[in-house]
Amino acid sequence: MRPVYRNLIGLAGFFLIWEGVGRVGLVDPTSLPPPSEVAGTLVGLLGQESFIRDVIATMLAWLIALGISIAVAVPAGLLLGSLPWLRSSTRVLIEFLRPIPPVALIPLIILTIGSGPDAKITLAFYASVWPILFNIIYALDDIDPLLLDTARSFGNSRARVLATVALPHVAPFAYTGLRLSAAIALIVTVSTEYLAGSQIGVGAFIIDEYIAIGGMDEVLAGTVVIGFVGYLVNEGLERAGNRMFRWSDTTRAEALT
Amino acid sequence: MSTMLEVRGLAHRYGAGPDAHVAVEDLAFTVAKDELACIVGPSGCGKSTLLRCIAGLIKPSAGEVSLHGDRVVGVPDDLAVVFQDYSRSLFPWLSVRGNVEFPLRTRVGSRAERRARAQEALGWVGLSDAANKYPWQLSGGMQQRVSIARALATRPALLLMDEPFASVDAQTRADLEDLLLRVRRDHGSTVLLVTHDIDESVYLGDRVLVLSKSPASIVADLKVDLPADRDQISTRGSSTFVELRTEIARLLHDRQPAPAEPAPAAASASSSDELAAERFLAAEREEAHQKTAT
Amino acid sequence: MSRVAGFAQRWAVFVVVVIAWQLITSAAQDVYFPTPWQIVQQGWTLWFTDGDGNVAIAESVTEDILPSLGRVVGGWLLSVVLGVALGTALGRSRTAMDYVGPLFAFFRALPSPALLPVFIVLFGIETGMKLALIVFACIWPVLMNTVDGVRSVDAVKTDTARSFRIPRTQWVTMVVLPAALPKIFAGLRLSLAIAVILMVVSEMVGTTSGIGHALRSAQRQFDLTSMWAWIVLLGIIGYVFNLALLAVERRALRWQPTRSGAANSKQTAKAGG
Ligand SMILES: Nc1ncnc2c1ncn2[C@@H]1O[C@H](COP(=O)(O)OP(=O)(O)OP(=O)(O)O)[C@@H](O)[C@H]1O
Ligand SMILES: [Mg+2]
Repeated sequence: MRPVYRNLIGLAGFFLIWEGVGRVGLVDPTSLPPPSEVAGTLVGLLGQESFIRDVIATMLAWLIALGISIAVAVPAGLLLGSLPWLRSSTRVLIEFLRPIPPVALIPLIILTIGSGPDAKITLAFYASVWPILFNIIYALDDIDPLLLDTARSFGNSRARVLATVALPHVAPFAYTGLRLSAAIALIVTVSTEYLAGSQIGVGAFIIDEYIAIGGMDEVLAGTVVIGFVGYLVNEGLERAGNRMFRWSDTTRAEALT
Repeated sequence: MSTMLEVRGLAHRYGAGPDAHVAVEDLAFTVAKDELACIVGPSGCGKSTLLRCIAGLIKPSAGEVSLHGDRVVGVPDDLAVVFQDYSRSLFPWLSVRGNVEFPLRTRVGSRAERRARAQEALGWVGLSDAANKYPWQLSGGMQQRVSIARALATRPALLLMDEPFASVDAQTRADLEDLLLRVRRDHGSTVLLVTHDIDESVYLGDRVLVLSKSPASIVADLKVDLPADRDQISTRGSSTFVELRTEIARLLHDRQPAPAEPAPAAASASSSDELAAERFLAAEREEAHQKTAT
Repeated sequence: MSRVAGFAQRWAVFVVVVIAWQLITSAAQDVYFPTPWQIVQQGWTLWFTDGDGNVAIAESVTEDILPSLGRVVGGWLLSVVLGVALGTALGRSRTAMDYVGPLFAFFRALPSPALLPVFIVLFGIETGMKLALIVFACIWPVLMNTVDGVRSVDAVKTDTARSFRIPRTQWVTMVVLPAALPKIFAGLRLSLAIAVILMVVSEMVGTTSGIGHALRSAQRQFDLTSMWAWIVLLGIIGYVFNLALLAVERRALRWQPTRSGAANSKQTAKAGG
């Protein structure tokens, strides 16, 4: 059997079970609406302009946050990774900042920034900057000294060595960090949207539907849509990564994250 | 002398239908108890395939293998294999002692005895002091000695070795060869060793089986008439040694199609190369496939 | 001497930043940004004094902090056990992942806080719901990484193990799991970060106990100093969790060849969040 068929059988089985538990009364269908109902709602929602706008708002915030993260983390990571004294002197500071769960900052952000798009972008940025940063620092540490010596022995300058040896080595690690960042940033964006009472965004949509009418099918449909977007982005990043970094042993890069 | 290993009509092909690649074709030979038999053949001719069939790691497409009279189905109990790729064959998460004890866990009940046996086997290969190290802390030659000790510790009726010394430097290789001869003399084991090095096969073996190019079949079965005590310098210089190696070299060479008919040679070479390349790519694809997201 | 210098170098920047923060905030007198000293004092009052100002373990420790910690640790451990067990079983089968792989990858991509309403209607609002949500969110990274790791056992090791005819349990515990361990730990780090996020989120939405709840009510009452104290506490909790996991990882992976530099930064190379 081709794997695709197996994939489809697996999905069908999941939907059948989900449908089944509602039908036989294992769970209350108003708490967990069956997929047939959710699918109907989903189709309806996709035709609704306001919902599409929510999805776009969430994705935009997510993408902007990731963009800022890359812009900050890549140079910072390269700097920290190649200047040991800088890294050791900032290490304690970073070690204290990083573990603060981003959602813990939601109340602070609400009070200081408000609940607009900049709030969720700030938090998603805060959440997604670390994986990229740390992966780059790690990768710079991990370069085979032999490779560096080889490059130097050909009379290359420091900058050239960085560009020709270090960067190619770092790239797959940074990319793996980015994938991780993307996943966490999405969680944080949606969480912020509905904890901070945003006006617009899938998270806001979900909490509004829940509070206003307790419509579980809307909640599930919204979650499925945004989950699907996340899934596609992750798959896309992974495929592209495998293609771009075919030469590298990305298994190792991933094991380090 | 009784027969330890008997191989009859053994054939193996990878894949099925028109794409099938015949790696081994209709092989028959026996190895007597306490004998050290070497199999020598050109690269890619199917030596590893043959060994894996004998070890029961893969099921041959045809023919049968018996070990001290019992037909081999699945991996037999009293057999051990030393692989060429020691760095991947040793478990990096186990210390040297842990690696040697690994196969003993089911075979030896008491912990103390397990430990004693591991220590003893490490002594045979001269690594008593390295027991607590991890494999990566050892040199390549030492790592291969660990895997030899691990195989010997189970006291196998038959020891299979797949190009065990192909990945170490020349000096280490000579040392390991002598180590194998010594250990075998002291403990009387039956060994079937695969190599592509003609000199090595003559130096080590009581017998040399010469295989043809892919698909492997036996071209010659030569007895090595050298004294049991061998020496890297005098043995390799002796006229018997030189004659034998010349004969094997000629056998291997003659089996390559003569220059007069280059077409089949090119065809067979490229087909096996292509296959190798394809296997490599398939393995790579598989690896890539396995890299799911973190 | 160089040790002292190294220590000074490592902490100097941190100390300077904290002092600067103290000076700037006390100069600015901004309600939103209390001074670090005020935060520490507030933390002391919140957690280590009773209603009358005597030194004691405060109610908020037993009512908020401990339950929260219990939920995170409990939910996370549960998902680790389930994820590793399931991942090992699935990874050993060639076809099982073909059936469930895409589904699980989708679950992993779901922003699980969004499912909070569903979990509330299904499991109520108390600990059961929080545990369920944490397990649901944490299990996928652990499971998928375990599958990956389990599949990374190379052919030579498989053959070696088979040639010694070891039993199934020894095969799993001494070959498969150790080989998978580095990948499993990567999953554990990520899932731990996610567990803390979900603990806070689930407590922020309509509960009566927990750190998230306390944080949320401090915000509602505009009690900024308390809010900051809770945030700092969450930072400390995250830090300690990471440290503990790292210690376990170091022990479990001590067989891995390390370069001294690699070992150092490994400490910092963890999933953010
Ligand atoms: N799993 C496999 N699937 C398909 N073909 C295979 C497989 N394993 C080996 N082959 C093919 O069978 C032939 C014999 O392979 P084998 O590994 O037995 O050769 P070998 O004599 O051990 O070579 P070497 O000296 O390089 O180790 C080769 O042409 C190889 O391409
Ligand atoms: Mg071979």
